[in-house]
Amino acid sequence: METHECKTTTAGHPAGVEILEQRMLVPNVNVLTVRAPAIARKIQPGQFIILRADERAERMPLTVSDWDREAGTVSCVFMQVGTSTQKLGVLEPGDRLPTFVGPLGHPLEMANFGTVVLTSGCYGIGALYPAARRLRELGNHVIGMVEARSNFLLYWVEKYRSVCNEVIISTFDGSKPGKKGEGPVHLSDLLATGRKIDRIIGVGCTFMMYETARSTRNSGVKTIVSLNPIMIDGTGMCGACRVVVGGETKFACVDGPDFDAHQIDWELLLSRRKPYMEAEAVSIENW
Amino acid sequence: MAKIIPTKTPMPEQDPAIRRRNSLEVPLGYTPEQAMQEARRCLQCKKPDCIPGCPVNIDIPGFLHLVAEGKFIEAAHLVKRANALPAVTGRVCPQEEQCEGRCVMAKKFESVGIGRLERFVADWEAAQGAVQIPPKAPPTGKRVAVVGSGPAGITVSAELALLGHDVKMFEALHEPGGVLVYGIPEFRLPKAIVAREIDYVCSLGVQLETDVVIGMTYTVDELLEEFDAIFLGTGAGLPWFLGIPGENLNGVYSANEYLTRANLMRAYDFPNYDTPPIRGNRVITVGGGNVAMDSARTALRLGAKQSIIVYRRSRAEMPARLEEIHHAEQEGVEFQLLTNPVAIHATTSAVSEGSAAPAAGTGNWVREIECIRMELGEPDASGRRRPVPVKNSNFRIPADVVVISIGQSPNPLIPQTTPELKVAKGGVITVDAETGKTSKRGVFAGGDVATGGATVILAMGAGKKAAVAIHAYLETGEW
Ligand SMILES: Cc1cc2nc3c(=O)[nH]c(=O)nc-3n(C[C@H](O)[C@H](O)[C@H](O)COP(=O)(O)OP(=O)(O)OC[C@H]3O[C@@H](n4cnc5c(N)ncnc54)[C@H](O)[C@@H]3O)c2cc1C
Ligand SMILES: Cc1cc2nc3c(=O)[nH]c(=O)nc-3n(C[C@H](O)[C@H](O)[C@H](O)COP(=O)(O)OP(=O)(O)OC[C@H]3O[C@@H](n4cnc5c(N)ncnc54)[C@H](O)[C@@H]3O)c2cc1C
Ligand code: SF4
Ligand code: SF4
Ligand code: FES
Repeated sequence: METHECKTTTAGHPAGVEILEQRMLVPNVNVLTVRAPAIARKIQPGQFIILRADERAERMPLTVSDWDREAGTVSCVFMQVGTSTQKLGVLEPGDRLPTFVGPLGHPLEMANFGTVVLTSGCYGIGALYPAARRLRELGNHVIGMVEARSNFLLYWVEKYRSVCNEVIISTFDGSKPGKKGEGPVHLSDLLATGRKIDRIIGVGCTFMMYETARSTRNSGVKTIVSLNPIMIDGTGMCGACRVVVGGETKFACVDGPDFDAHQIDWELLLSRRKPYMEAEAVSIENW
Repeated sequence: MAKIIPTKTPMPEQDPAIRRRNSLEVPLGYTPEQAMQEARRCLQCKKPDCIPGCPVNIDIPGFLHLVAEGKFIEAAHLVKRANALPAVTGRVCPQEEQCEGRCVMAKKFESVGIGRLERFVADWEAAQGAVQIPPKAPPTGKRVAVVGSGPAGITVSAELALLGHDVKMFEALHEPGGVLVYGIPEFRLPKAIVAREIDYVCSLGVQLETDVVIGMTYTVDELLEEFDAIFLGTGAGLPWFLGIPGENLNGVYSANEYLTRANLMRAYDFPNYDTPPIRGNRVITVGGGNVAMDSARTALRLGAKQSIIVYRRSRAEMPARLEEIHHAEQEGVEFQLLTNPVAIHATTSAVSEGSAAPAAGTGNWVREIECIRMELGEPDASGRRRPVPVKNSNFRIPADVVVISIGQSPNPLIPQTTPELKVAKGGVITVDAETGKTSKRGVFAGGDVATGGATVILAMGAGKKAAVAIHAYLETGEW
């Protein structure tokens, strides 16, 4: 990229945004904290940022999973899956990200709904934490459901306990303290008890959100999920992130990323995640 | 004047067979001799028609006279009095409709190559390192925020900085330049030229902050707390789609995404850069403007065996610059004119009879685009003859990639977060055409955001007018 003498980047920070902390929470999942005061001042639960790990990297969206408005810091939890996330994973405190832009997207709707179930897996555990905190502040009874393949992949459980009224842990292999099985299964069980639930919010990999939508479809409980299609600009300029919701084409970055799970064309969404798999394989070999 | 030379001095160009696979610039530029020869074709009209044809009224015979005498630097400085980005406009202006279209020579012969010469003097000035920084007025202590770093924003920033104001330009993307960097490809407008222009604006003392989305990172109201005036030059970046079945299949892209990946994200250099390019053997581009030509030509450079433009009107109605259509043809882009897409299919099948085709949208990847033949009917509001479908003329074209390039409108992020800002049909911000004043005190707008997708030079013209009005507002405080 051409550099310009006068260039200041990202809300007044010369030469990019500084990484303050990079920590592995569990294998493959890191938490990254940067100094970005303008974003910290504004960010709301459910919003995301777009970053580039270096000058040649892709623009990558990550949900903001914690912040400190006074210290001017924001944190993201990310899963290392491909080139961009792995490039990010090797950066260290003091390194600078050339791009860190946000907040992007609409905030999650926050109100006193009554009883709210938050169901999350992989990076979603981090991504949903601010919503849990805020919903509790607003007087909701918050049930946090976190899932992982096995107990050693669980993180932030204590953080959840501090802001949720109840925490339900599920592990695919049944390792303690989890209940055996995937989150959406336990969600179905919970709904089957007839307990009054006023809202369900799910964040995780696309397949997990799809399963969440399926297990709540007949319950009549409003279910919101946070979609993660491929994005480039994150400002409504490219249309890469288009999803079909309620029969209408929406741009997830500016119309979402949160949508009514029962209105989403899931087949289309799942298929739109695949196009670059081959290229991603080339990219990671090259890196 | 000496003997009239009827035709333009030819522009050396890269061979089509070679350039269709590289991203280097297509026209190579005049040599000094060629430039002087071409400039001598100008009749030095007493009442030159070319000047009113130029939206920023460059003293065309004046600068051509200097070129004819070999005074290239002086010519560049004269051009720059009216136009801050001659290296850009000389390359991308639709000259045949503007300056050159009005040139008297064009009545009988070929017009003078005004655009080519404008490009020549700008490149010459830069190559000689003779870029002149005009004298700046003393600091006024007034602060102006310019939102968007496209041609409109660049122009406003430069003009106001010269008038002594403290200017800060905000850009949502990670690189400044607007469409000049994310849309128009390298082979037509090398990135280095845009960077040069941005550097020039910076050398005037303008500050630039990239990776800031106004409306999100800061709202317009927050900017007004810190700045005395705001100029919105946010362009028309929201891509339209056709609204036909199958449009969300994998392999269907907006031209913005297609070009942004290739240009801004340097996907053509994948895997040295991480963003994957979009490759296909058969690329269909829908549309007939500059954006469509750029997409279809980019497809060839990304290795497409066949690149086809599908356009619903005839060649005469194509809004693209003549030169781009011509270059696209030379490079082997095919044209399916009077053809309109009706559906995009993922399944392969025999040519369909009418609507008896299998349902569109099954499977994941685009395989065919179903089109209908059009014929021209009565003229519509734009004065162009309206295309009407020919019954039962559906046919299919195989496709791996479909690029939708049918237009753009302004991004709604700023109006959505600035309730006092009036917006007209199509999402354009309502402004006073002479001053760029919006419905909100202290906020001006211009360029594509106020007109819908137009041209570089019109965006610059709007920027100039707005700069004059902003200056007056800052001096008098009168709205
Ligand atoms: C609004 C939004 C918010 C997001 N928030 C977060 C976040 O907070 N934390 C986070 O870790 N990720 C988040 N993502 C997803 C993240 O952007 C992608 O994981 C990342 O871009 C992958 O880049 P990569 O180059 O590392 O992987 P790629 O090379 O692009 O992908 C490698 C492989 O992983 C698969 N893959 C990629 N992303 C996902 C995914 N999300 N789920 C399942 N499989 C996937 C791909 O299909 C591919 O097979 C978010 C996405 C969006 C759109
Ligand atoms: C592919 C393509 C080819 C073209 N070819 C030609 C041609 O040959 N000749 C010609 O004359 N014209 C051409 N045009 C049109 C021309 O480029 C535009 O008319 C011109 O760029 C408009 O300038 P602008 O300054 O108004 O906006 P833009 O160039 O669109 O710049 C707007 C800038 O604002 C930024 N922005 C938007 N929203 C925000 C926000 N909320 N906060 C901060 N920043 C924001 C955008 O990221 C962008 O950088 C072409 C356009 C395209 C897309
Ligand atoms: S700016 Fe455009 S219209 Fe004006 S003289 Fe130059 S090429 Fe012609
Ligand atoms: S109209 Fe043509 S010939 Fe006359 S001054 Fe202009 S460029 Fe020269
Ligand atoms: S990411 Fe480009 S429009 Fe949403």
